Amino acid sequence: MTSNVKVRALVIVGVILICVYGIIGLPTSKQELIDNWNKNIRLGLDLKGGSQLTLQVQLQDAFKAQADQVILRLKEALQKAGVPFADMGRNDPQSIADADKIQIDIKGVPSTQAGTFRQIVQENFSNEWILTPVNSTDYRMTMQPTAALKLKDDTLTQSIQTIDKKINALGLSETSVQKRGGSANEAEIMVQLPGVDDPAHVKQLLKTQAVLELDEVKAGPFSSREEARASTGGILPLDEKIVPTQPRGGVPSEFYIVSRTPVITGRDLRDARPQRGQMGGWETAFVVAQGDASRRFEQFTGSHIGKQLAIVLDNFVMSAPSIKGKIADNGVIEGLSSHEEAADLALNLRAGSLPAGVEVLQEWTVGPSLGSDSIKEGMAAGVAGVIAVIAVMLVYYKRSGINATLALILNAIILIAALSYFGATLTLPGIAGVILTIGMAVDSNVLIFERIREELRAGKAVVAAVDAGFKKAFLTIIDTHVTTVVSCAILFLFGTGPVQGFAVTLVIGLIANVFTAVFVSRTIFDWELGMQKKAVTLSI
Amino acid sequence: MELFKNTNFDFLGKKWPFIILSLVVTAAGMVSLAVHHGPRYGIDFTGGANIWLRFNHEPPVDQIRKALSDKIRGEISVQQITGTQQVIVGTQIADEKELNQRRQTIEDTLLSTFGAGGGKLDLNNSSAEQLANRLREPLLTAGVALSEQDLQDLSRRIEQFRASKGGILNSLDELSQVQGVTPQILEAIRKECSLGPFTILSAEMVGPKVGAELRRQAVLATLYALGGMLVYIAFRFEWIYGAAAVIACFHDTIITIGLFSIFNKEITLTVVAALLTLVGYSMNDTIVVFDRIRENLKLLRREKLENVINISVNQTLSRTVLTSGLTLLTALSLFIFGGQVLNGFSFALVMGIIFGTYSSVFIASPILLLWQNLIERRKAGSGLRAAPAAPAREMAARKPAAR
Repeated sequence: MTSNVKVRALVIVGVILICVYGIIGLPTSKQELIDNWNKNIRLGLDLKGGSQLTLQVQLQDAFKAQADQVILRLKEALQKAGVPFADMGRNDPQSIADADKIQIDIKGVPSTQAGTFRQIVQENFSNEWILTPVNSTDYRMTMQPTAALKLKDDTLTQSIQTIDKKINALGLSETSVQKRGGSANEAEIMVQLPGVDDPAHVKQLLKTQAVLELDEVKAGPFSSREEARASTGGILPLDEKIVPTQPRGGVPSEFYIVSRTPVITGRDLRDARPQRGQMGGWETAFVVAQGDASRRFEQFTGSHIGKQLAIVLDNFVMSAPSIKGKIADNGVIEGLSSHEEAADLALNLRAGSLPAGVEVLQEWTVGPSLGSDSIKEGMAAGVAGVIAVIAVMLVYYKRSGINATLALILNAIILIAALSYFGATLTLPGIAGVILTIGMAVDSNVLIFERIREELRAGKAVVAAVDAGFKKAFLTIIDTHVTTVVSCAILFLFGTGPVQGFAVTLVIGLIANVFTAVFVSRTIFDWELGMQKKAVTLSI
Repeated sequence: MELFKNTNFDFLGKKWPFIILSLVVTAAGMVSLAVHHGPRYGIDFTGGANIWLRFNHEPPVDQIRKALSDKIRGEISVQQITGTQQVIVGTQIADEKELNQRRQTIEDTLLSTFGAGGGKLDLNNSSAEQLANRLREPLLTAGVALSEQDLQDLSRRIEQFRASKGGILNSLDELSQVQGVTPQILEAIRKECSLGPFTILSAEMVGPKVGAELRRQAVLATLYALGGMLVYIAFRFEWIYGAAAVIACFHDTIITIGLFSIFNKEITLTVVAALLTLVGYSMNDTIVVFDRIRENLKLLRREKLENVINISVNQTLSRTVLTSGLTLLTALSLFIFGGQVLNGFSFALVMGIIFGTYSSVFIASPILLLWQNLIERRKAGSGLRAAPAAPAREMAARKPAAR
């Protein structure tokens, strides 16, 4: 063996070791080997079963909420400064594309007060809103483009974080919550839930806003909204609102008048857990965070003993217990029907509320049995195909067929290892990439062997024929491979998920193929020819 | 062993019958596409909902259709997969919200019509979580001491066991094989659960907007990829080689899409992946032949282009047949043994390999020749000067030499 071949052989052994390590690590037992394999070979949802949801964040919700807040603050500020106005309201954008067209209309500000009005708006909202006069008494506020962009971004990021928290709290493994690529307007989030074949529960969780408020009860309960309003003389004070209880099991809603400003909200909670209720049934216990919130809670309960506190969830009064004594930091939400409901509520409270609603655009569920069926059948077919290919190669090219087979197997090992190192997942389209890789790997070997045969037929000596064969086939191999890599690069840039998966797998396979078909195969030939002392022959 | 040794078939001489054959097959596909109003896209591209069921007996297709048409307005398709006990229930385009409801309605209707009923949990259609929730209290009452973790694990093992049985259990007694299921637990399961006659294998819901976007992106990506390859080949060879290769690829793709229409198969995202594979394969095959033509143009300067192409195709014939045969073997095995999920995918692969191989020889190569003849005729016709032996060939020969 010449030193050149030795060096090349070392390189090949090195590559094999690195690849095998990437696939199975350094197992000490059979179980560990299987575990490492399962850990490193990540199968896509279409192969192992699971659900994928594409959610669209209704950004306009966040814009409307922001505008509502501005209206509330502006009303307060104007009242304080004694500036009268006839009407104040916002428009109602319906789609994501219209979200940043949000506007607030203020009507009937006396022209004598125009200066004060402008100053108040300028002082409080000029960072985010632009004020334009419509006529001498009416004004319109629109959102600054930069502020709108920031609000969109923040809403999306916060939605992703909240959804992530909710899903993590379910205790599922390997879930992923990601922003989906695409135009900025789309606001889409992709949620992958391996092993979940019933996403109804997850969708329910995501749709629940879980906005919790603990409000002071001003009056109630009343049997109807009208009765509640009548109790205050027909006009509800500005800082109060009417909230119904949730109708349950045939019992109709009751109505409470509660304070508009909550004592504490869901954001002030530190923890929430489901537990058994004292009277049977289930309830969710919560703990208020230390500091400002718990001080506020303690102070309020201390000064309102004997009065009622309304626990309001998503604008429904869950219960309105009487305050028996000073409470520092804990409470319970009663009246839940099952462990599941209590657990879901606790989960939602822990994760926090979504800044905007979400719509399910796409859902895609593969049951575990279908996934494993696909793998079984696909694997069986793949193995049958590869065995047939190897058999034909061995018959057709005799000993050199072994050469091709080794190159083919090494190619597969490198491909799997690379997928493992890159943390890529193997999906059905990815398998399409693998199949094309195998096809091109076979092709490379065939090209080389046919060339060598041609050279031998033309009367060249074995060593020279091998050399010429490799050299001539190399140009063709480079051309076919580079062309395919070019197309893969474009597919990756412009394609979506599955198309990208195909492109990545194929590029890895092609690079591995140039290495195995040209470098490895050549080394084996050289080694074989180098072993023979005299009268060099080749079985091809 | 050698199949082809020094063959000398006159491939180009027989080009017209093959070109006509191609045109006929293409035309047939086009007619089919026109009759069916375009390709039959899967719901990934049109938007819609699909639910795939497996029954444990012959599926009552008519009953399913009736039960659903009472509940849902609009078109509902119920299709049995031939030779199996599987059924695909589909509903077409609607807006996102309605689709979500429909999907849910279909599931609910199926469960209430065919499910086990009796207020028990249908174990063939429940998640591990539902099972755990259902069993928590009864097990407590029955005095089975299980921690919450044990309960979750047990439910998950039961679910895995069901998956290993093809997703559907025929008798609750089978569960005694599951690790950790004691007679006491089995008793509780019997009280709380029953087995429906079907299981949901997969469910898919795609909003129409997402569908349209996916379709646009897939088509654009493919066209850009073809363009990229054209540029690369034009750079490595000559632009007419690039054009010929791309036309050949296009030919294969169009024919395959036509065949999908003729056989009434759906074009889904997975099929698009197969079409991309086909393009890659066809391109590979064409370049191998072109490479040989380029090499031979240098060696055989006196030979006419037609002869050079024929010689090149003959020289690569052995490789072409072997490679195509081997890849076809793999694709065929996938088509035959690969199962329902891979059916459309492997069909596209098989067709792609057959036409990809054929088009390199009978479409791409003749284009080179026709182009050169065209140039020669135009030059001769304009009478500026007599055509030199083979201008295209000499240009091609000079270019690689200059590299």
